Amino acid sequence: MNLYTRCDINIAYRKILQEQLDKLDLRYTILGFGEVELLESVATVRMQQLVDALSRYGIEIVESPKNIIVQKIKDTIIELVYMEDKMTNSKVSAFLASRLNHSYGYLSKLFSETTFSSIENYIILQKTERAKQLIATNSLTFTEIAWKLNYSSVAHFSTHFKNATGLTPTAFQRIINKRRTASGAVN
Amino acid sequence: MQKGPIRVLLADDDEDDRLLFQDAFKEIKLKTKVHLVNDGVELMQYLSQAGAVKPHVLFLDLNMPRKNGMVCLDEIRNHEGLKDIAVVIYSTSASDEDIEETFVRGANVYIRKPNNFNELKKILEKVITINWQYHTSGLNKENFLLSF
Repeated sequence: MNLYTRCDINIAYRKILQEQLDKLDLRYTILGFGEVELLESVATVRMQQLVDALSRYGIEIVESPKNIIVQKIKDTIIELVYMEDKMTNSKVSAFLASRLNHSYGYLSKLFSETTFSSIENYIILQKTERAKQLIATNSLTFTEIAWKLNYSSVAHFSTHFKNATGLTPTAFQRIINKRRTASGAVN
Repeated sequence: MQKGPIRVLLADDDEDDRLLFQDAFKEIKLKTKVHLVNDGVELMQYLSQAGAVKPHVLFLDLNMPRKNGMVCLDEIRNHEGLKDIAVVIYSTSASDEDIEETFVRGANVYIRKPNNFNELKKILEKVITINWQYHTSGLNKENFLLSF
């Protein structure tokens, strides 16, 4: 017996994309034929899983090489800032250049063009975020945090923190602790 | 990754201030779509109407008639559907204690209104950029505190 089938490529394509994206628990919107907007930033590892999953259906992600480099820059900075023991002493610019095999000037220009922000700003953002996490856990002293994030002194760290957030580390810690007490009282 | 403009909601009873903010948003690099409400009562009505599109960021004046910014902030933070909205408080003057109090109650950003337009533009651009990074870079929103 022969079966004759027909396929609405639009529906089929959409369905495949949905199923694979759902499987990886990604938040997304399907914008049009073949175009997907991811509503979160996706780490390289998960992106690779998506690439693999889609390739089984012969679907390929056509991403601009520029975006790939920008994502790699971000991943590398996060990796540096979240080093278990202590951030490396080497200059981030040199580290990025050797890791990604491009001159820092090129990387920096590309990053600014794509994100409207600079690599320096992104490093400050991530370092500050890391500092906030460490402060919020209340387990390390400011001196220890300063050392871990490669600031030359606790005064230097405080100045940078204040520049980035408008608050001193002490004020930030006080606010977070007060918020916890307040929400604890409600619950 | 951002498609379409960043949605900004502004609650202020002073018409001059509203115009100033609108002009400043027009001149910054990132594309924004600004919606205006005139006081706290209008704000809460706008946010709680069925099918309302939530703003990415809300700019809230502290001193407004009918319902002031602090009361709005409390209502927003205690409302299941609204508590994730980034809230930027701004006011003409405030003591450090007052500012800290708004943070404890859940504000994300505090702006002391600057005297000149360029300063305001710079601050708004920074707020919008950092807020967007909190949306897209997986940063912890609980730690989003910024003071100008």
